[in-house]
Amino acid sequence: MMNSKRSKIRWSFLVFFIPVFLWLTLLFLLPNVELIRLSFIGTDYYGQSGATLGNYTVFFHEPIYWLTFTRTVGYSFVVTFVCLLIGLPVSFYITKVVGLRLKGLIMTLILVPFWVSEIVRVYGMILLLRETGIINRILVGIGIWKQPIEMLYNDVSMVMGIVYTATLFMIVPIVGVMDSLDDSLIEAAHDLGANKLIIWWKIIFPHCMPGIMSGCIVVFMLVLGNYITPSLMGGKYSLWFTQQIYNQFIAYVNWNRGAAFGFLLLTISSLVIWSALKLTGQKLSRVSGVVK
Amino acid sequence: MIRTLPSSKTYKIGFNAFMIFYFALVFIPLVAIGLLAFNNSKFPSLPWRGFTLDWFFGKSFGMTGIFHDARNLKGVFVSIKVGLWVTLFTTIVGTCAAFLFEHEEFRFKNFFYSLMIAPLVVPGVIIGISILSFATTVGTLVEKTIGIDLRFLSPGLFLVVCGQSSFITTFVTLVIIAKLKKFDRSLEEAAYNLGANRFEVIWHITIPFLRPAIIGAAAVAFLLSFENFNTTMFLTSSEATLPIILFTQIKDGSTPVVNAVSVVLITCISTIALVNFLVALKKSKKSEGR
Repeated sequence: MMNSKRSKIRWSFLVFFIPVFLWLTLLFLLPNVELIRLSFIGTDYYGQSGATLGNYTVFFHEPIYWLTFTRTVGYSFVVTFVCLLIGLPVSFYITKVVGLRLKGLIMTLILVPFWVSEIVRVYGMILLLRETGIINRILVGIGIWKQPIEMLYNDVSMVMGIVYTATLFMIVPIVGVMDSLDDSLIEAAHDLGANKLIIWWKIIFPHCMPGIMSGCIVVFMLVLGNYITPSLMGGKYSLWFTQQIYNQFIAYVNWNRGAAFGFLLLTISSLVIWSALKLTGQKLSRVSGVVK
Repeated sequence: MIRTLPSSKTYKIGFNAFMIFYFALVFIPLVAIGLLAFNNSKFPSLPWRGFTLDWFFGKSFGMTGIFHDARNLKGVFVSIKVGLWVTLFTTIVGTCAAFLFEHEEFRFKNFFYSLMIAPLVVPGVIIGISILSFATTVGTLVEKTIGIDLRFLSPGLFLVVCGQSSFITTFVTLVIIAKLKKFDRSLEEAAYNLGANRFEVIWHITIPFLRPAIIGAAAVAFLLSFENFNTTMFLTSSEATLPIILFTQIKDGSTPVVNAVSVVLITCISTIALVNFLVALKKSKKSEGR
């Protein structure tokens, strides 16, 4: 009796395990292993291919590559921080300040642009900001500006665009954890004479840390791997590292170098996420549970 | 500070003003797109030259509306096709994964769980190039050894579906796991005692309980697939999805037909959101009434 039950359970285990195993190995693990393998292969002058570190050394020798890389990582930190500065008060407003009846409506209003594709949102920014855009037409039309000013195609517009598209990914997880914070804790602290700063520092931040980390990780990764916004809103010199990867793969058909660049991007992204988790004492499995 | 505590007038006014400013910044670009979709001009910019629906229904040369624009229409259909396949794949595998990690015990479970989460923190571009590299290597290997040209392993819809499913399955799994955690397993025990086997229990007890989560996860999967760009751009062939086609048009400059496409997308999303909101409202009213 006992035996037959056990064998049935193992059989059901395989039905669940095989599709998941195939997904994780064929669509994730092996492709990444292959990417790493490709990055260590190069072709010499005679057309012979073999193992090499050349794809990585070229990255450090050519300033355009490592400068783009540092720029991309630096801006990703800046954008993540700005998104957090915007995301915290917005989430606090939705969960704790606004009347309960308006809460659902406001959350819906937050989520609609979240689900409208990034490319549409960026297109809207372009229509507003470019030289023949709506803002220029209006300001020149009523005589505030003498002539149209090109507000697009520079680093500032690009960062604004990325913040615009990424903030929502910060708000959603923070709203998730703030919602579960019991109001009476804040009330009690207030009654005992704590000021706002202390309430934020001692109650809200510790409670919301998984959501904040989850938001920061998602935003950082999305910004680091962004392609649309830098390409459409950045200027001639606003290079993003994903564009270098794209160029290596599609324009120069140098997949080995492209794979090396991809692996470098993956390394820095994992490294930053890992150290952020270590610094705040969070676990990825716990943080990712907030993403819904 | 919060709604139950007294707070100063400046705090309230200041916070409300901040939120109005935030919403204005978020919605003005979308309103701008909407406005220029109805402008009777060949360029998506001001001045206003009168109201027109030509960017939706127009047939004339140079003013082809979305419903007669072969390129954009094809993009929509390709995206829907990819979206449906991705939804099917990710919902099935995601449900399996949820059962696997919630209800089964096995060796290396933690390792597989971390592996399952990992696609969430890998940039989409990397997933795109790694799937492309792997598929090409396997394709070349098969052709060299057996001499069969596996067409589906070169860029095309099959690879797009693979690439997108690679990370969308993780989202689906997490949504279903969250629901499965709330499942009362004594219901299963009861069914076992009544003589049901494992699959009858799952089919008649657990799946009906999970249905709302599975439907929600499927909707999320479809939307994520429909608007994916980063992974798709490396895996697509001449049959491009809508985001790729929109990107090319915006980059090269286009007529307001792009605005019309965007308006259609925004309308669909808003309708879904509104229905979702109203259903939630009705539910909360019902529970209040009890």
